[in-house]
Amino acid sequence: MIKGRTSRLLVLAAIWAALIAAPYWMPLFGGYTALGSRVLVLALGAMSVNFLLGFTGTLSFGHAAWFGLGAYGAGFCLKWFALSSPLGLLAGTLLGGIAGTLLGALLVRRRGVYFAMVTIAFGQVFYYIAFQWSSVTGGDDGLRGFSRQPLHLGFTTIDLLNNADAFYYFVLVCFAAAVGLMGFILRSPFGRTMIAIRENERRARFLGIPVELHIWIAFSLSCFFMAFAGALYAELNNFADPRVLHYALSGDFVIMAVMGGMRTFWGPLLGAIVFVVLQDYLSSVTVNWMSFIGILIVLIVLFFPRGILGLIRQRSAA
Amino acid sequence: MSQLILFNITNGLIVGAFYALMAIGLSLILNLSGVINFAHGGFLVIGGYLSYTLTPYLGFWGALIVAPFLTAIIGWLVERLLIRRVYGRDPLYSLLLTFGLAFIIEDGTRQIWGAQGLPVSVPAALSKPLRYEFFFITGYRLFMVAMVAVLIVLLFVLLRYTRSGIRVRAGTLDLETVSALGINVRALRSLNFSVGIFLAGFAGVLAAGQLGLDPNMGDGLLMPSFIAIIVGGVGSLTGTLLGGLLIGVAAGVTAVFFPSASDAIMYVMMAIVLLVRPRGLLGEEGMLS
Repeated sequence: MIKGRTSRLLVLAAIWAALIAAPYWMPLFGGYTALGSRVLVLALGAMSVNFLLGFTGTLSFGHAAWFGLGAYGAGFCLKWFALSSPLGLLAGTLLGGIAGTLLGALLVRRRGVYFAMVTIAFGQVFYYIAFQWSSVTGGDDGLRGFSRQPLHLGFTTIDLLNNADAFYYFVLVCFAAAVGLMGFILRSPFGRTMIAIRENERRARFLGIPVELHIWIAFSLSCFFMAFAGALYAELNNFADPRVLHYALSGDFVIMAVMGGMRTFWGPLLGAIVFVVLQDYLSSVTVNWMSFIGILIVLIVLFFPRGILGLIRQRSAA
Repeated sequence: MSQLILFNITNGLIVGAFYALMAIGLSLILNLSGVINFAHGGFLVIGGYLSYTLTPYLGFWGALIVAPFLTAIIGWLVERLLIRRVYGRDPLYSLLLTFGLAFIIEDGTRQIWGAQGLPVSVPAALSKPLRYEFFFITGYRLFMVAMVAVLIVLLFVLLRYTRSGIRVRAGTLDLETVSALGINVRALRSLNFSVGIFLAGFAGVLAAGQLGLDPNMGDGLLMPSFIAIIVGGVGSLTGTLLGGLLIGVAAGVTAVFFPSASDAIMYVMMAIVLLVRPRGLLGEEGMLS
């Protein structure tokens, strides 16, 4: 037992060390710091999807909606209300999270395939709104004219805008806070109940657990995390366009979670690293990158449904 | 004003009939196999482009018949090689699989036929307005609705009176029992999938005549089909038909008063249905949920 615990701590330390040192080792492999920030942001999104999918067994295929709302929320805040990066994050998180919580009350009335279908369809509402309401959202061209602001810490000011490394660490701190909170929730009695629902919904119901309420809360929490990631994404790009709301992005998040290993906590991070780096590379070498991503998805579904970490775990258990 | 409303209702019915054709294909596959076919829009595009390629050789009418059959054959192959492997697994996997397929199909069409949209001409006899006062009712639109009606009636007749049709309906309710009675469920699902894809291909040919061709055209038509299924109720093809027509007409009527909200109205309808009657208008309780 102690051995298991130390090895787990070692893995954790290795993950964080690699993330902290990323700006130094990534260039050796042809990476660049902005790509690292992108990986972290999308990984946070994938982990939020997995929070619901992997630990409650509820598949939302429309999570890009909350991600995109977070992005637009941050953009609106920075453009019109307050020139502050943290306030932008807060605004985005609240916009996406609250919208998700409200709609979630409606969505949790359905389950399984039906739930997936309803989440896809509802997710698209926001895509059409962003697309049509161009006087506010900029329409198809996207929301422009805002940028992340320097971070004032009282004793010093950090230039997030021009210093890519500084922004990477800003994202990393946000990522660590969100992931830490996620881990805390999953280890709490509430998180254990989520897993109980995943394992056997009927038994959980017989134990007197209000299943719908738990799924609703889990869904809402996942929306807040997702919107936080979206807000970071807007500050990363200084830009938000309707594609961040499209169900194709929801699918990307789900595939990141599945590719990494959806019943594991860190799997989606691994999945996001592989997916984002591969997409970045493929789209720079071939115009047919969509086919390659499509084939990758098909192969994962057919041959590696447990994902990379799931496979490793299976091997080490055998 | 009344002419405008009439125009938009007619328009809505035409669009709705079209959504219904797409949605019924999706619904067939979903009911029997539990697969949400994300690639349905992709198959629609394949149907449209195949008819474009075939028209010079077979003429409009020949392509109208042959292209959907070719699409159905491609669908059959895809089912045999890929979709079949995820039956019985978590719905997550069939969703992802067809999601990946949709990527491949979209990129493939772009590779073969080019990223630029292509114009499609329909026979002159069909493109003229019928009467001057009702300029909007062109022959082609009436033809579309007629074709959709014929196909849907044909499908319902087949489901009602043929042996395979009855098996498909029985399988929708209880696949295990159907299998236990010695019916080859695998073959049944293949056939059913191909029929669904046939409808998508046909919808593609019809859409091409009205909208022209574009590799992304399936994308905008997929969501309304989902909504038609949810509004109508999962498990009921009649419900899906009703759902498609309803959202089409609603979008048409809304376009008179709030043009910019005509896309959003179907989502509002879906929200109301989920709130008041979560199983959908004609849906069965407990179906796939």
